[in-house]
Amino acid sequence: MYVGFGGALDVAAVLDFVDSGHDLIVAADTTASDLIKSVATECGVDFDEEPSAMVIDHQNYAVSDVDGDHTLIAADELINSDVILGKTKIEAPVLFKGIAHSLNAANTLALKVLSASPSAYSAHPTAKLSSPPSLTGSAISLVSVVQARNNARIMISGSLDLFSNRYMKSSVQKAGSPSKYEKSGNEQFVTELSKWLFHERGHLKAGNLRHVKVGETNEPAMYRIKDDLEFYVDIYEWSGNSWEPYVADDVQVQFYMMSPYVLKTLSTDKKGLYHTSFKVPDVYGVFQFKVEYQKLGYTSLSLSKQIPVRPFRHNEYERFITTAFPYYGASFTTMAGFFIFSVVYLYNK
Amino acid sequence: MPPQTMSAKTDATIGVNGTAKSTSNQAPPPMALPANLKSDLLNKLSLKSFKLKTKQQELLLRVSILFLVYVLAFITRLFSVLRYESMIHEFDPYFNYRTTLFLTEKGFYEFWNWFDYESWYPLGRIVGGTLYPGLMVTAALIYWGLRFLRFAVHIREVCVLTAPFFASNTTLVAYFFGKEIWDSSAGLVAAALIAICPGYISRSVAGSYDNEGVAIFALLLTFYLFVKAVNTGSLTWSLASAFGYFYMVSAWGGYVFIINLIPLYVLVLLITGRYSVRLYIAYNCMYVLGMLLAMQIRFVGFQHVQSGEHMAAMGVFFLMQVFYFLDWVKYLLSDKRLFETFLRITVTTTVGLAAVALGVGTASGYISPWTGRFYSLLDPTYAKDHIPIIASVSEHQPTAWSSFMFDFHILLFLFPAGLYFCFKRLTDATIFIVMYGLTSMYFAGVMVRLILVATPAVCLISAIAVSATVKNLAQLLRTKSKVTQGGSSKAASGSKASSKALLDQSQPFQRNGAIALLLGVFYLLSKYATHCTWVTSEAYSSPSIVLAARGAHGNKVIFDDYREAYFWLQQNTPTDAKVMSWWDYGYQITAMANRTVIVDNNTWNNTHIATVGRAMSSYEDEAYEIMRELDVGYVLVVFGGVTGYSSDDINKFLWMVRIGGGVFPVIKEPDYLVNGEYRVDKGAAPKMLNCLMYKLCYYRFGELMTEYGKPPGFDRARGVEIGNKDIKLEHLEEAFTTSNWIVRIYKVKPPNNRW
Repeated sequence: MYVGFGGALDVAAVLDFVDSGHDLIVAADTTASDLIKSVATECGVDFDEEPSAMVIDHQNYAVSDVDGDHTLIAADELINSDVILGKTKIEAPVLFKGIAHSLNAANTLALKVLSASPSAYSAHPTAKLSSPPSLTGSAISLVSVVQARNNARIMISGSLDLFSNRYMKSSVQKAGSPSKYEKSGNEQFVTELSKWLFHERGHLKAGNLRHVKVGETNEPAMYRIKDDLEFYVDIYEWSGNSWEPYVADDVQVQFYMMSPYVLKTLSTDKKGLYHTSFKVPDVYGVFQFKVEYQKLGYTSLSLSKQIPVRPFRHNEYERFITTAFPYYGASFTTMAGFFIFSVVYLYNK
Repeated sequence: MPPQTMSAKTDATIGVNGTAKSTSNQAPPPMALPANLKSDLLNKLSLKSFKLKTKQQELLLRVSILFLVYVLAFITRLFSVLRYESMIHEFDPYFNYRTTLFLTEKGFYEFWNWFDYESWYPLGRIVGGTLYPGLMVTAALIYWGLRFLRFAVHIREVCVLTAPFFASNTTLVAYFFGKEIWDSSAGLVAAALIAICPGYISRSVAGSYDNEGVAIFALLLTFYLFVKAVNTGSLTWSLASAFGYFYMVSAWGGYVFIINLIPLYVLVLLITGRYSVRLYIAYNCMYVLGMLLAMQIRFVGFQHVQSGEHMAAMGVFFLMQVFYFLDWVKYLLSDKRLFETFLRITVTTTVGLAAVALGVGTASGYISPWTGRFYSLLDPTYAKDHIPIIASVSEHQPTAWSSFMFDFHILLFLFPAGLYFCFKRLTDATIFIVMYGLTSMYFAGVMVRLILVATPAVCLISAIAVSATVKNLAQLLRTKSKVTQGGSSKAASGSKASSKALLDQSQPFQRNGAIALLLGVFYLLSKYATHCTWVTSEAYSSPSIVLAARGAHGNKVIFDDYREAYFWLQQNTPTDAKVMSWWDYGYQITAMANRTVIVDNNTWNNTHIATVGRAMSSYEDEAYEIMRELDVGYVLVVFGGVTGYSSDDINKFLWMVRIGGGVFPVIKEPDYLVNGEYRVDKGAAPKMLNCLMYKLCYYRFGELMTEYGKPPGFDRARGVEIGNKDIKLEHLEEAFTTSNWIVRIYKVKPPNNRW
């Protein structure tokens, strides 16, 4: 179906590379082949169908010596995430010249890292517009990332020049803006993004999911309803060279059977150990401890452990209930009464 | 076990002969027609060596006949073991087997508290509290007993042979019951009839390890003991019947029949003026103790005081007290008018109180209304309109005439005759058997599987007919032959031998007529015996998990696809994998493949079953959502298109649609039909052609040549070429298909990696 890139490399091989957990950068411009576009499509990102259309922005273009066709864009609508773009804010706009793409609405895994301003549109820069452009405004993404379910990260850029030394070193001034930057944001943007892309940042590791009944040390194979239990999980973050404890206050555990019966926020000891305790609900069935942690920029954590919950055994109920004392009394007096009656009836003649 | 099989084989050949022999043997009362060699032999022997008295001879004869019937009842049920192997049959028995295994391995308390998380995922099932433990406990006791006696049997063998063993015991109970309601010869005939009656054999062949196997024994035992208690007025018998009832409650949900029939019987006796202290003692003791004992079964619990189905028994219990009280007051009051006033007041207050209690109880929800099953017994069309899950089970269908004929054969004609005899000699006992016969016959008409409950009554009543007829005829002959031959004990053969020489002036044709009639009875009974043996061998001995068909050359072809598939599941899937299939196969998957199932044959949660039905009848992507929610790892479908096996999932599919649509109105039956017609070929409804069940059954089937001279993708079970040959699966992939394509297993893929 697809023609290869040469050699054994074809779209399927590229996708297989991603599906086996590796990271990928896809950059394209107007010269991009259908193959590149189909790789992007398979990742849930659609490049503009129009072959020679470029992103044009008559408001937010980069000021240059010649008043060009406004295809060199000074983009500053970056995603607001320290994890993806680093802690230092990217002050200068990012220079971009290339084609537009949009995220497939069904794709929940893709993010716009650098999006176009509302005044941008995608069209042939020189030809006259005969029909309204198909991609306009903020729907256009300039650079996007996709984090696959196996946590492989893919970056998709509509511009090859974005990575060029020339763009990185050039100064930039956004049209209509007084501030002129000596150096464009490209270098910082690309460096930080690639750090994230290659899992130097925002990579979490969770494991050692365990639970015990309060007061016990061994993990049970089954709980009883209304048992008190303690739940632990370890979460670490990769700092670039070592695993550091991950500290957050929004990690939650679900005690789940078709819907969560218990939803608790875990507290951490700042050493990577997360912990909570709760009471098993008064419902029996096959439950799961579920930690579903999806935070912007971080690898998604999805852990679950199955645990059945059984009802009371026959000898685990209370032996005598206070409210039933009248009944106990009644039965014993009946017995005694019957005995006395029998004696009186039989021997009182 | 080869030695056992060998001996069983030899036994069975005897059994076939023995069937004919013993039936014709017991048909007449023992003295009347010793037409076979056996009694001659016995007589000779006894004359020469033992010199037994007539009474002793009769006893010996009776005991030996009973013994033969006992053995016969057992060996006639071994066909399935000989034809196939010692294995558990069908669906429910696999659950019973699994629980018995658990019981013998883990002990009673673990069994009692067993929470099974491998079925009804993710709800789980409290097995100990939702089953009738009688069967399992019985089998486990037999097993432990044999172990104690140093017989190293496997629990499976015990389970396989439990039903035949209890069938043998039932013949004994039938004998005593027959003796109680009529006489000992009727009892013998009843024992022989019930030993081979197909209606009973259908549920008690070797391997059919189901509740009914022991429950019919318990049912008949309870009835016998109760009738005995009514006849004697003895507390002992009444207590015994309470225990019989307890055993029945522990074994089968059909105990509801007992707890309604006995009060009805008591009521009839009260109305017909047959009230006696004997009845009072028998019923009260049986009811009170039986109720208390039954409450010990967790599954039954407080139903005896809370459920509408058990209220009749309680009402009759109170009625009995009122009756007794009135009797006493009547005895005290000499003035008749005073008593009548008193009677009126008492009756009005009692009825009023009872009505108020029932009304308040029902309104407050303390007394639960009748269940759907109960309604469907009273109104056969109820289930069809309201509860598709009950109507979908083939054994809950109304009975066809042919199956009556098939299961009862001549008993169907002897039954009315027996009723006639019963009415001619009305006693408390015959009233009981008449009521049992009539009510159970009605229920047998409502539901196919209740033929089983009717069988003992039909056998007993027919036995009365046979016994009484033959006795009358034989007496006729014997009086004649006594005149001529001087009272030979070999009456029939003697009279036959001397029939030509003998001339009766007064009634010239009477004797000939009697002989002819006797021969007719013989003929019918031997036909009955051959019919029963044939039915057992051909129809009721199939395990249904291994299918047999005739090949092109008349040879037997065995399809062992089910076990192949279950074994594959066991070997190739993760131990915590969840398997989704239609509920029919749930028990087998948990028992044989040891994997978690979503729904199984214990159809306690209609919504859960409807969810599976919905998944099966939705498009693949919608079904995928449902399967993800239920953590389904594998989907199993049964498909008969290659082999022509007709009870497959495509033929059951409309029930899935109906059950699914009953809870989720998005599933509509007309979407799957074309002009009200169910079809799978090109003219099928588009939704039908693209629903999950269709796709899974017919995936890659379009490439397959099934029959010579037919296009590829020709469905042999439905005899059409399928309508959608180009099936692509998106979220599932084929994991395993058995050698004859009967079972197909699909793996549910994880969600797409990229989007």
